[in-house]
Amino acid sequence: MIKLTIDNREVEAREGATILEAARKVGIEIPTLCYHQALTAYGACRVCTVEIIRKEWSRLSTACTYPVQKGIEVKTNSEKVKRARKMILEMLLARCPNVKKIKDLARDMGIEKPRFELDNEECILCGLCVRVCEEIVGVSAIAFFNRGTEREVNTPYEINSDVCLGCGACAVVCPTEAIKAEDIKEIRKIPLWHTELKKRKCRLCGEFFAPEVEIDFLKKKDARLGEEIFETCPSCRKKELGNKILYTNSRRRKYV
Amino acid sequence: MNKIENLEHLKKIKEENLKLIFPKKTRILVGMASCGLASGAGEVFQVLAEEIKRRNLDITLVQSGCAGFCEKEPLVDIMKPGWPRISYCEMNSKKIRKIIELLLKGKVEKDWILAKAEEEELLLEGTRRPYPLNGIPEELEEILPYKYHPFYEKQLKIAMRNCGFIDPENIDEYIARGGYSTLYKVLIQCDPDQVIEEITKSGLRGRGGGGFPTGRKWHYCRNAPGDIRYVVCNADEGDPGAYMDRSVLEGDPHSVLEGMIIGAYAIGSNEGYIYIRAEYPLAVQTLRKAIKQAEDYGFLGKNIFNSGFDFSIQINRGGGAFVCGESTALMASIEGKVGEPRAKHIHTVESGLWEKPTNLNNVETWANVPLIIAKGADWYSKIGTRDSKGTKIFSLVGKIENTGLVEVPMGITLREIIYDIGGGVPGRKKFKAVQTGGPSGGCIPEELIDLPVDFEELSRVGSMMGSGGMIVMDEDTCMVDIAKYFLSFLQDESCGKCTSCREGIKRMLQILTRITQGKGREGDIELLEELSQVVAETSLCALGQTAPNPVLSTLRYFRDEYEAHIKDKKCPAKVCKDLITYFIDEEACRGCLVCKKLCPQEAITGERKEPHRINQDKCIKCGICLENCKFDVIKVE
Repeated sequence: MIKLTIDNREVEAREGATILEAARKVGIEIPTLCYHQALTAYGACRVCTVEIIRKEWSRLSTACTYPVQKGIEVKTNSEKVKRARKMILEMLLARCPNVKKIKDLARDMGIEKPRFELDNEECILCGLCVRVCEEIVGVSAIAFFNRGTEREVNTPYEINSDVCLGCGACAVVCPTEAIKAEDIKEIRKIPLWHTELKKRKCRLCGEFFAPEVEIDFLKKKDARLGEEIFETCPSCRKKELGNKILYTNSRRRKYV
Repeated sequence: MNKIENLEHLKKIKEENLKLIFPKKTRILVGMASCGLASGAGEVFQVLAEEIKRRNLDITLVQSGCAGFCEKEPLVDIMKPGWPRISYCEMNSKKIRKIIELLLKGKVEKDWILAKAEEEELLLEGTRRPYPLNGIPEELEEILPYKYHPFYEKQLKIAMRNCGFIDPENIDEYIARGGYSTLYKVLIQCDPDQVIEEITKSGLRGRGGGGFPTGRKWHYCRNAPGDIRYVVCNADEGDPGAYMDRSVLEGDPHSVLEGMIIGAYAIGSNEGYIYIRAEYPLAVQTLRKAIKQAEDYGFLGKNIFNSGFDFSIQINRGGGAFVCGESTALMASIEGKVGEPRAKHIHTVESGLWEKPTNLNNVETWANVPLIIAKGADWYSKIGTRDSKGTKIFSLVGKIENTGLVEVPMGITLREIIYDIGGGVPGRKKFKAVQTGGPSGGCIPEELIDLPVDFEELSRVGSMMGSGGMIVMDEDTCMVDIAKYFLSFLQDESCGKCTSCREGIKRMLQILTRITQGKGREGDIELLEELSQVVAETSLCALGQTAPNPVLSTLRYFRDEYEAHIKDKKCPAKVCKDLITYFIDEEACRGCLVCKKLCPQEAITGERKEPHRINQDKCIKCGICLENCKFDVIKVE
């Protein structure tokens, strides 16, 4: 275990843990936007910037990427940190003046109106959607395009993707609700990715429950799963298969 | 080609090829690096080839690299037995025909000669060998030798020791000048720690911009856990106006290869990569040939010099992103990923390419290595200042008489570089500032012209060494406009990953733009300073961390210019179009009609021999009238 100080508290963390993990473990809250515990840390939004003092040398760094080190002193709310975090949020607010999450975080720092020209973006380019699609779903249907101020997330060639499953994981992780997955009867739509996929009808209740391609993908991914679970919607599956599938094998619960 | 397995064999090749340096028959070299080609060296070469064929002359014609004096390109060197080596400058097809004509008569055209060399300095051996002279034309007596020519006098060529003097596509010529003998010495006589010790003692620091001590980097990499290690050469040169790495690769690729092989042996690596921008086609081609030749001789591949050491080098071409010069982005790019930096809390010497310990050095750094090992750390560390040893290549561009690449010892003053070597500012204009360190560097004002140039001093005045770009500016340069230019470059080249860099540069550029448009507000300077601090402190990689430098350094030395733009709505250098007006001094105007005819907007009215007038509603402030008025009656305010 590695000993360090966070906000004047002695903290212990396992080797390889980040400052963010160490802080959260002891209940010290550091705001984040591009961080998700299931995904690789990315260090893009800079909102989790903290002050790190090592051998009397103070610098700012992102808590989500910085690994704990013996004897370092971390300040999550010093004047230096507040000044930097305030400016970062002011810049994000100027980019996305109508996004609630950003407005709230900015207000916490005392910013109502940015001093910059206002844009009207919804996406803060945190990359959570790109990472979840690659690391968890495993299809990489979306990626970053262009660079600098032209940077955006999209599908290749900005047309409907061959590999998007319509699973909606991207919409779930999006901190600004810039990505919307919509269900219109038998169609799953994610307009931002030009995705429109036909959904499968439940064998029992007749409701449309998941995109066909997503079900086929899951079938291929784990051939040991019984055919029947792919034909029923989650609630019917619960009723019909009950304990047999849901409670005897924790591995499969993931797919329910 | 036979593999060279021992010193005797290498020496034999060297002796055999001394004829390339001291030729028995006339040898003509045309400087055909990118800079030479851009000035028309291709045509000159063509004409020479045709003349030699047509007249059936016994002359060897070869292509060489860039000797640094780009202002005077195309350069043609003539090595005639019995004569000193002479360099003709500013050649064209007409002039070169005349020169061949004269050469056959044993004469020269002295007005076209840049300099001569009476001896060849073989730096690796530490010897100077005079050219055997007999029957030299009288005019040659008056020609300045290279070492006394103002452009070269204060230079000291280490990394560029062979550039422009050899045929870069012929490994034998590199060997003839002592090449690859250091590699032999290292592989057979030194253990890796000795090599690292020597480089550490020499005080060599990274020439790509960071200035990290090279020996220490090698030491960390060698001692990082793991059995596979990589060495990488960073040839992703991208600073506007800087092209020294291109010239070294185009003019002397083997110095870089030899440096890399020595480094790989010291670090314990068997695989190397050269990451080079695809926009350098000639450098890529030269490198490819050089690698092939080194492989044929057995300097690359298995069991080099029978030492049991294996090493191979691959070329990776970059797709043109400036940010890929950053170490982690470069390595991501080699791996086939998007070239974006990552947080460097774990250094690349521990976890770099494919998460293996990786040592990255820049082209110029590698090119220094063979000479340091050959001549020893003591020799090298005597050159330069206390903390910055050796030489640095600067590309001297902008408002300067002698544009070119200059390699000078650290500690030389800006004045010596700009005035003694560079010949000062052209056109009787006043020197205003020099921008060093590339887009993330800073502008150094005239009052600091006696600053000794090294890593520390440049940082101390708010600029940096960077990769060695040096852009000279005269009184007609607006410093707010310059800051805007560099920020707009950085905005285009930021990868956009982190908020601080992407949004910060964009906002700073917006503010600078409105200042140059006369829409600057009270408080803009303070807001720029506030933004600068946060962008510098919180950006993910060095691109963002140093991006505010152009703003901060111009604010530090030229704050009054910002204030004039904001408060008085005036551009003191008369550059920012929204803040200036062109008008005609009607009393002095002779009514010659020239400006009226040239004005693309038809904004000028007036009859012949009557004073002209500019219609301000139509004028786009292009400056064509000003440039073309023979009577200096067009005024700007």
